Amino acid sequence: MTFLRGLLFPLIAVLCAFAVGALVVLFIGDSPVETYRLLLGSAFSWPDGIGYTLFFATPLIFTGLAVAVALRGGLLNIGAEGQLYVAAFATAWVGIKLAGLPAVLLVPLCCLAAIGAGAVWGAIPGLLKARFGSHEVINTIMLNFIAVALVGYLTQYHYRIPGDPIMESAPIGDSAHIARLGRFVPGLPERIPVNVAFLFALVACWLVYVLLWKTKWGYEIRATGQNPAAAEYGGVSVRKEIVLTMAISGALAGMVGINEVLGYRHRYYDGFSDNYGFTGIAVALLGRNHPLGVIAAALLFAVLQRGGVPVDAFTHLVSKDIVLILQALVILFVAAEAMFRGPINRFGFLRAAGSGQPAAGSKI
Amino acid sequence: MRSILTLSLLFSTIRLATPLVWAAIGGLYSERAGVVNIALEGLMLAGAFTAAAVTFYMHSPWAGLGAAMLAGALFALLLAVACIRFKANEVVAGTGINILFLGLPAVLSGALFLSSGSTPQVPKEELLPTVSQLLSTGLQWRILTDVSVVSLLALFVVGLTSYVLYSTPFGLRLRSVGENPEAADAAGVRVNRIRYIGVVLSGVLAGVGGAYLSIGQSSLFTRNMTAGRGFIALAALIFGKWRPVQTMLACVLFGFADALTIQMQGVAKLPSGEDVPVQFIQMIPYVVTIVVLAGFIGQSRAPGALGVPYDKES
Repeated sequence: MTFLRGLLFPLIAVLCAFAVGALVVLFIGDSPVETYRLLLGSAFSWPDGIGYTLFFATPLIFTGLAVAVALRGGLLNIGAEGQLYVAAFATAWVGIKLAGLPAVLLVPLCCLAAIGAGAVWGAIPGLLKARFGSHEVINTIMLNFIAVALVGYLTQYHYRIPGDPIMESAPIGDSAHIARLGRFVPGLPERIPVNVAFLFALVACWLVYVLLWKTKWGYEIRATGQNPAAAEYGGVSVRKEIVLTMAISGALAGMVGINEVLGYRHRYYDGFSDNYGFTGIAVALLGRNHPLGVIAAALLFAVLQRGGVPVDAFTHLVSKDIVLILQALVILFVAAEAMFRGPINRFGFLRAAGSGQPAAGSKI
Repeated sequence: MRSILTLSLLFSTIRLATPLVWAAIGGLYSERAGVVNIALEGLMLAGAFTAAAVTFYMHSPWAGLGAAMLAGALFALLLAVACIRFKANEVVAGTGINILFLGLPAVLSGALFLSSGSTPQVPKEELLPTVSQLLSTGLQWRILTDVSVVSLLALFVVGLTSYVLYSTPFGLRLRSVGENPEAADAAGVRVNRIRYIGVVLSGVLAGVGGAYLSIGQSSLFTRNMTAGRGFIALAALIFGKWRPVQTMLACVLFGFADALTIQMQGVAKLPSGEDVPVQFIQMIPYVVTIVVLAGFIGQSRAPGALGVPYDKES
């Protein structure tokens, strides 16, 4: 029953978002039915639809997990976008610098670079909060811009092939490539970019579950998130937890670099992120900060992202940006879910469904 | 040559600081009332798109400006209802508004103008005028009056805000609900009503800032044309310690950094003969904000109840 309660509010939020989205489509004079048919229908064909949906879901699982872990620890990580940029660049950097190494060494090193760089970039706002008390929201936003400028500078001035008009780094060594799933899955052609990183994402979900609910570390993170004063009284060093949580969160966001650099483009491509960091906020909220919920929510947003292409091509007036509107509406409805609580409580059968939301009273 | 360069740097600074000032002063009304406003970016985009679209149809920049203020107010109200009435997390809801305005203008312009995210060009004579155009001053005054009316009004708004905040009953109430809502409530102030007003005002002012971008500085709306200016305005607000005049000065500083970036592109060289990487100048506002927040340059203290929804019962 608790499980059903947990499903109810996200479901209502998604339905409301789709309803308002339909109104927008009606307003601009197109057919909502046709739009939603294209938006949702194209994702389930085999192999292209499903392959691309899983590919699009991979970064969203990572960023969704990143935001979810932080929220469990009482922190709002708006900085996944910056963390994944720094991490992707670090991945490519190792892949370029150590290109001569064999795959058994190079791939793990590149993965470590992604995780490490993400963790460091995530730990900075954690440290700033623990040491100076400055709020992580503002600092993560600022660090997003700094990250983009920094990797932009490195790409433009140091790692671009001279004469290349595109802002991208030199390619990484061949031995750093990780396999596309098409190599193992019969019927899935290798041109579809879903790769081993998707499996990493699933493993990351399982690890986060174990960490949060089966270990002392996770217990302390959640205790800090629930009530820092009580946690401190219970012997937890809240300052240490803040830094640790942000580092784990950043590391998870950084793993996007594995999918992007090792599995897909095989180089650092400036501006590659399609708002993954911010979509991660929607994914975490909709998934109620639970790894299973994150997977479900990431798949939903991946379906929409995949569906945006045919919407662009086959409707008269609707562009694929309708997906951004739906995303925004989902965030707004999930954030303001108190509006559903009143009407639902009137029926009485689902009283007091627990909220997966960050504490609204997080002081800035 | 040198004086031309400095003069153009000055005007460029004014141009680039103007939208920041409007948005930051907008943010000030919301945050001094205790509501975090991450949505400035989205509200600016709302204003920018509405201004360009309405000016294109109505052929009047003033109609465009009014519509931009209205659009800003409307979506700020949406934010306020989510945060105040339904106690949504203010940062999350603000992020929702920001993402909404990456998508909504693109979808609307796709349908209205069959473009992929931008509005058609507005003719030059239908843009927001400069002071010299408005007063049709002679050539000898051009050098002093060649700034946009919106820039001049920004100065006026800063002064007005300073007066309202510190010398009127409304300003006192606004500050009190942001610092200590319980005490304000006990003194008979309707906390949430003041907060609604603060947030909606922030939408109106951020809308003007956006309108200036689309029909003042340039002549059309392009996709994501604010490019982070809403966040820089937020940074300026923090740097300015949530005070009107200081906030404006912070905006001018950030505008100057931006102007410098543009002027230096391809002109200035490092001693080694290389270009100065613009990225490092672009970072300045963000680094400064982090440093200021950490308390290295004086203390920047946020309003006491910033980010805390007010619940009468609790």
